[in-house]
This record gives sequence, C-alpha cells and structure tokens, in this order.
Amino acid sequence: MTAFALPTATEPYVPPSISDTHLPEVLPWLAEYGTGFGKQMIMIILSIILIVWFFKSAIKNPKLVPGKAQFLAESAYGFVRNSVGRDIIGEKNFAQWVPLLFATFFFVLLNNLFGAIPFLQIPSFSHAGSAYAMAIIIYGTWIAVGVKNHGIRYFKLAVVPSGVPNWIMPLMVPLEIISNFIVRPLTHSLRLMATMLSGHIIVMLAATGARHLIMVQESLALNAVGVLVIVGSVAMYFLELLIMVLQAFVFTLLTAIYIQGALDADAH
Amino acid sequence: MISNELILAAEAGANPLLPNPWEILVTAAGFAVLLFIVVKYIAPAFEKSYQDRVTAIEGGLEKAEAAQAEANATLEQYKAQLLEARTEANRIREDAREEGALILAELKTKAAEESARITEQAHRQIEAERTAAVTSLRAEVGTLATSLASKIVDEALENDERSARVVNKFLADLESQQNAGASN
Repeated sequence: MTAFALPTATEPYVPPSISDTHLPEVLPWLAEYGTGFGKQMIMIILSIILIVWFFKSAIKNPKLVPGKAQFLAESAYGFVRNSVGRDIIGEKNFAQWVPLLFATFFFVLLNNLFGAIPFLQIPSFSHAGSAYAMAIIIYGTWIAVGVKNHGIRYFKLAVVPSGVPNWIMPLMVPLEIISNFIVRPLTHSLRLMATMLSGHIIVMLAATGARHLIMVQESLALNAVGVLVIVGSVAMYFLELLIMVLQAFVFTLLTAIYIQGALDADAH
Repeated sequence: MISNELILAAEAGANPLLPNPWEILVTAAGFAVLLFIVVKYIAPAFEKSYQDRVTAIEGGLEKAEAAQAEANATLEQYKAQLLEARTEANRIREDAREEGALILAELKTKAAEESARITEQAHRQIEAERTAAVTSLRAEVGTLATSLASKIVDEALENDERSARVVNKFLADLESQQNAGASN
C-alpha cells in the first residue's frame, strides 16, 4: 500500500507485493482481506451473470439465419462443443460433457479477461482459492467418471500402465500415482493461477514503476524511461490478452483430456 | 539494494499459494450455479438451434435434390421428344422422297407407254394410209396407164380382159424391177 502514498522527494521505490492483490473487503466495507466478501468474489458472480445473460439472450429467439449475437454465441458454443469436446472426448460420449466444458471455458475466460478491463483489472483466477476450487471440481468429476465407468478397478487402470514389464512396476506405479492423483490437480490449478498472477503483477509493476519514474524521480531521462514503460506496457497488455484466452483454452482442454482418460481408461 | 528491497517486500507479502477459503466457496458455488443453468437451459437451447438448422439445411438440400431430379427428368423427356420428332421428320422426309420417286417412275412409265402407244398408232395409221395409197395408186395407175396406152397405141384395146392382163403383167414387172432394185 506504500506505493499509493503521496510521493515525497526521497521516497524509495517499493515494488508491489502479493498483498497488494488482496484488496480490503467490500462487505464489511474495507475490512481486512479474507474476513468478508471481496472484489474478487463480486467479479466471480459478475462473470456468471454476464455469461448467463449473454448466452441466454443470444439464443432466446433462435433464427435459422442467425443475427450477430446469435452467430457469435453459436460460434463460441460450437468451438467448445466441436474443437474441444468432440475432438478430445470422441464422437460417442462427448455430448453429455459439452455443458461442463462450455461452463468451464467461459467461466475461466471471462474471469481472466476481467484482468484486462480497466477498474475491474484483476483476473479472478490470480487468487489461488478460485483456481483450487475449479481444479477440485474437475478432479472430483473425472475420478467419479472413472469409477462409474470401470468400478473400483479404475484406480488400478489409472496407475498400472499396460505393456510394461513387471520388474519396472515398482517404479512406474508410484510415479503414476503421484503424476495422476497428486500432481495433476496441482498443475491444473497452479498453471492458471500463476499465469494470471504474473500477468497481474506485470500490470502492477508497470503502473507503480512508471509512476515512480515519472512522478518521483527528478531526472528528465528517468522520466522519459517512465514514458517508455507505459508504451511497453501496451504491448504487454496484448500479450496478456493472448495468455488469458490461451490459459482458459488450456484449462478446458485439460479438463476434456482428464475426462476422456477416465472414460477410456481401459483403452490403452 | 533493489533486490534486497524486493526480497523484503516479498517476505512482507502474503503467500500466493495460500487460498482464501471464502473465495473457494464462492467460486465453487458460483460455478455450480453456472453449470446448472448451462446444463438446464443454455446447452439444450444451442443444441436445439443446431439441430433445427441441420434439419432445415438437410430438408432444403433434399428439396433442392428433388427439384434437380425433376428438372433432369423433364430434360430427358424433352430430349426424348425432340429425338422422336426428329426421327418422325426424317421418316416423313424419307417417305416423301420415296413417294416422289415412285410417282416419277410411274409417270415415266406412263409417258413411255403413251409414247409407245402413240408411235404404234402412228405406225399403224401410216401403214393403213400407205396400203390405201398403194391400192388407190395401183387402180389409178392402172387406169391412167391403160388410157395412156390405149391413146398411144390408138387401137381399141376395148377388151377388158386383155387390158387387165397387160396391166397386171406390167405391174408384176414393175414390182419385180422394184424388188431387183431393192436387192441391188
């Protein structure tokens, strides 16, 4: 919070920290972070309202020849349905998983894009809690799918690779357990959280750094460098946009891959 | 110096891996609500719209295919009719030519017959006239010659029998002379 204090001539540059992403709560007003209802949660709810509003209004009166909104919504739905669901899970089983993939993709996408919108300006998934929540839901889902399709034998299918000589099993089985059941949900959530957090930190760094260079420093050269930082941050903004979309796609793609793996556990 | 400050700041900051339990709860509950709405309302609506479009497009395609087939059938029919008409025309032309040739041949035959008939008739008439002329000439020449001879001889060759004999002998001589002349 020091970075937002009034500048003094001798003020040193204090880089932003993780605590700066933890704004005071909204309810109760300005309460300490973690004790109430905060901006990040408002944005989660806002994203749900926006997704439901857009897709419901776009498909309310479906036309055979779609209008702009319907076309956009149908393209978006078709992208998740065909490029993610059908291509990964396969023609036979994908239909019932399309809603989950659709909800996951647009939930993550919109919450990521919030980081690129002024005033909202924080990707919801840069807070680890949300990323964990999504990863846990999907972790539980694919394990349930596996058990439902293959019974308790699913755990054996998932950790004992076929076509591997027996003497190597003592090495392979623990590795598979660690990779499938411990590392997988962690990487699933942390990949999203870390990319979003780093993007947000770059925004904070560029903002506070540019402010320090322009407002606090008295050397004209350093002021000019501050302007360069702002120019550079525009390029970073577009890179961030790309990463936001890409990470939403990756998160959904992995969800589809995990579910497909659980459905076809005995196929390899 | 800055790196020291960075480290200090990072130490002062919260651990980014530690979740805020409220955020887990809100995200999980929010996603559950979203998923429910998507499963219940949004996905079926999109699937229905997609299906409707597939049906409509397939129906349209079928209709277009039917129209195409009909057009093809009509075209075939027209082609067949055209071919038939052409064959018919050819046949008629052929018939006309044959008929014409037939008529021509008939006319030719008729003309030839007619001309033959006319020639025949002319011959016959000429023959008859010649015979008549020969007969009358013979009688006349007989009479003339007799009267001439009687005038010349000045004797009354009144005896008809003798004179007829003389005339006939003269004519026989004449004929034999004529025949000798023809053979020469």
